[in-house]
Amino acid sequence: MTYIPISPNERDEMLKTVGVKSLDDLFDAIPKKHRFPELDLPPALSEMEAAALLGEMASSNENVREHMISFLGAGAYNHYIPSVVDHMLRRGEFYTAYTPYQPEISQGTLQAIFEFQSLMTNLTGMEVSNASHYDGATATAEAVNLAFAQFRGKRKKVVMSPAVHPQYREVIRTYSQGMGLEEAGDDASVNPESGPEAIIPLIDESTMLVVVQFPDFFGRIYDYTKLIEAAHAKGALVCIVANPTAMLMLKTPGEMGADIVVGEAQPFGIPLWYGGPYLGFFTTKKSYVHKMAGRLVGETLDSRGQRCYVLTLTSREQHIKRERATSNICTNQGLLALGCSVYMSALGKSGLNQVASLCYQKAHYAASELGKIKGFKVHFKESFFHEFTLQCPKPASEVNQYLLENGIFGGYDLGRDYPSLKNHLLIAVTEINSREEIDTLVQVLKEIDNG
Amino acid sequence: MAKIIEPTIFELSSPGRLGVTMPASDVPETVLPPKELLRSDLPLPELAEVDVVRHYMHLSQLNYSVDGGFYPLGSCTMKYNPKINEDTCRLPGFLYTHPMQPIETVQGNLVLMYEMQEWLKEISGFAGITLQPAAGAHGEFTGVLMMAAYHKSRGDTKRTKMLIPDAAHGTNPASVGMLGFTVVTIPSDARGNVDLKALEAACDDTVVGMMLTNPNTLGMFDENIEKVIKLVKDCGGIMYGDGANLNALLGIVRPGDLGFDVMHFNMHKTFAVPHGGGGPGCGPVGVSERLVDFLPSPLVGIIEEEDEDTPPLYGFVTPKHSIGRMKAFHGHFGGGLVRSYTYIGMHGPDGLKDISQYAVLNANYLQARLRGTYKIPFDRICMHEFVMEGQFEGSDIRALDISKRLMDYNFHPPTNYFPLIVHEALMIEPTETENKDTLDRFADALIKIAEEAKSQPDLLHNAPNDTQFGRMDEVKAARELVLCCWLPENYETMK
Repeated sequence: MTYIPISPNERDEMLKTVGVKSLDDLFDAIPKKHRFPELDLPPALSEMEAAALLGEMASSNENVREHMISFLGAGAYNHYIPSVVDHMLRRGEFYTAYTPYQPEISQGTLQAIFEFQSLMTNLTGMEVSNASHYDGATATAEAVNLAFAQFRGKRKKVVMSPAVHPQYREVIRTYSQGMGLEEAGDDASVNPESGPEAIIPLIDESTMLVVVQFPDFFGRIYDYTKLIEAAHAKGALVCIVANPTAMLMLKTPGEMGADIVVGEAQPFGIPLWYGGPYLGFFTTKKSYVHKMAGRLVGETLDSRGQRCYVLTLTSREQHIKRERATSNICTNQGLLALGCSVYMSALGKSGLNQVASLCYQKAHYAASELGKIKGFKVHFKESFFHEFTLQCPKPASEVNQYLLENGIFGGYDLGRDYPSLKNHLLIAVTEINSREEIDTLVQVLKEIDNG
Repeated sequence: MAKIIEPTIFELSSPGRLGVTMPASDVPETVLPPKELLRSDLPLPELAEVDVVRHYMHLSQLNYSVDGGFYPLGSCTMKYNPKINEDTCRLPGFLYTHPMQPIETVQGNLVLMYEMQEWLKEISGFAGITLQPAAGAHGEFTGVLMMAAYHKSRGDTKRTKMLIPDAAHGTNPASVGMLGFTVVTIPSDARGNVDLKALEAACDDTVVGMMLTNPNTLGMFDENIEKVIKLVKDCGGIMYGDGANLNALLGIVRPGDLGFDVMHFNMHKTFAVPHGGGGPGCGPVGVSERLVDFLPSPLVGIIEEEDEDTPPLYGFVTPKHSIGRMKAFHGHFGGGLVRSYTYIGMHGPDGLKDISQYAVLNANYLQARLRGTYKIPFDRICMHEFVMEGQFEGSDIRALDISKRLMDYNFHPPTNYFPLIVHEALMIEPTETENKDTLDRFADALIKIAEEAKSQPDLLHNAPNDTQFGRMDEVKAARELVLCCWLPENYETMK
């Protein structure tokens, strides 16, 4: 299959205009001994064959809609996506455009990003949002970059709650290799099961940033107001990694006083897609806008007095500031930010309230029923939203294996990251999970001791 | 009052209007968390589905796109994106697989990723590939982290200088800055190659390596590439290749064979992942043998070999001295890798070579057609793009005016003011998916605009004239910083 719209006659005419005899003659600048390698790749497929091959590969997976009941969350959530979302994403005018460098002919993308920024600030209770980041983990790493820039490298300590997603903490460690950071909280000195009060003593005058998650990785909900006050008393900034669905119901991180609120907006209209691409969001206070990475859209007027939108504060970005830029970020997740906006608009205030309520109600039903099974117990006493830690009578890996044989993805095995929690599953429940599915999980787990 | 072409989603909202509704709850009701843990208000829009569709449909109509017309934005490879990719990436087996599923249940995904690693190795001549990076700049950062880790593992700690040509993308120095290295800029010579004398003078035992875009941003393949690489390697440096311009090299030459150590791929340029109005991208990185152990974790590998009865089991493996994880989960699988897997699979080795040959032919054809009208500062056979000057002697017309005027002819302008080493640069990349008629219309328009620059310069100064929007006040945007359409009600007290 080819997508090249040039006939052999046209090609020859064009070669003549260029002044060469053949296509190969265009490549004389390339060292001869390496020119035109034979590539050992499978022969080209027609569209029909490619569709069949990819169909086969896709259907060889067990998926969470057609084959399996799933209670997996841990940073990626199985939510219903209204049909209208993908219909809008399939508009070629959106998905085959690029970064809106020419605002006169890119107002669709620019206004959509401006609205995304507005939706995110209203959701988080913050003042400004950028156009998005690669995912929640890299958005969190960019919060560390912002704090590092804010203190011009003079403060080097990051206090990270051990109840922040383990992969997010790993990404922060990878990103900050050149900064010489001191990391506290993310080690054996803090009991991973303790609450936010346990990290307060780690915050001191050298601390640039405190990072906590809301709800935390174990599903627990805390009001971080006191922690934030303690951090501010030492002059440190606080970043909250927040779940967007939970924020629909719960006190906003903005109200708690957070300086930066980031997170993963995948739950808002982005398919699970085996982990990506997802949608990192980044919101902060107006006073930090010049230190924030990423693209930013602002409102203005055109020469005809019409309201319009442009990329603004571009002098912060890599293509102007080069090695002095806060971050090297160039792309955002434009199309997925659009998907997120359509999701939020299509459900609207009422539909989103319903989603949050269903998640909360079903998760609490599941927790209550699972807690009744002999040997099982909801591990933490704190409030939770749609994800909770379940203590099992045997290693979580064994429990999951048994569930898998019964067509269920049980939950995330916390023992993978927290040795003290090897008998614990992190169970996520969303509006997708019917009562029947929850009852099936309970039924199968009741049999596990006999099985 | 400003005239409003399309209201914002908040302005269209009307309290009490319902959009998509969810099913009723089928479980007994539980009490909500204590009131002090709940939010008091949810200030989000309220619309019916038709309102939402009309709004986004109107917005889409305000965009220029590849599906709508010619988009010769240099260095961005705005090629046509085959429609079949939109279908394959939405197959339920890909859409509905969770990143934490047991590997036994996602062998289809893992085979796809494993084969993609193998294909990219073959296309580029590298020994190892990570699919994790989310975009080109993310891949660059990954590459620079590996370069730093390599030197550190050898106790070679005095290396802090990164050599970067003056024609480089801004992301190169920014990636280097994130690691605290210093940038040494290497000039280009009169033919658009790296200045060998300047490079030789900069090469010493404090060099981390060199980041080179080849073909460079002038669209030139460096005629001394082997000498450049040898100089860098002889002083102990590592050679980084910016793969932004790989669309010129498929089946033409493999960067790994030339001696590059690291290169990122821009799957959203070369392998037809749509640009999406600015993302998501997809930026795998290839490395030579000496960097394989430093790749980010995890990679996809065979964890149980096949036997007579069972196929191999694919899973995740961690390289010995891995720099760590670059993002959560496994890279841009669905929207990135599935689309580009479909694309590469449908081209095969000969089809890939065709892509690059025709991308280069189209660029040279346009260059030949415009040579007499516009000054081309580095004028030789170009690769997939070329750079010309958007200015004329004795005229105050600038590249920006020419770009804006092109919109009146219904073309997307080329990249402006980049690379920085050309005055009033217009960087033109037609890609292989444009036919001769389109290229001729574009060349005719640019030739006509050059005449207009003399006879009716105000047509250019005021352009665009025939589009929905005129030029925009960017100073006002930066000064007033209106960044969202509905500030929280308690905004004043929050300050």
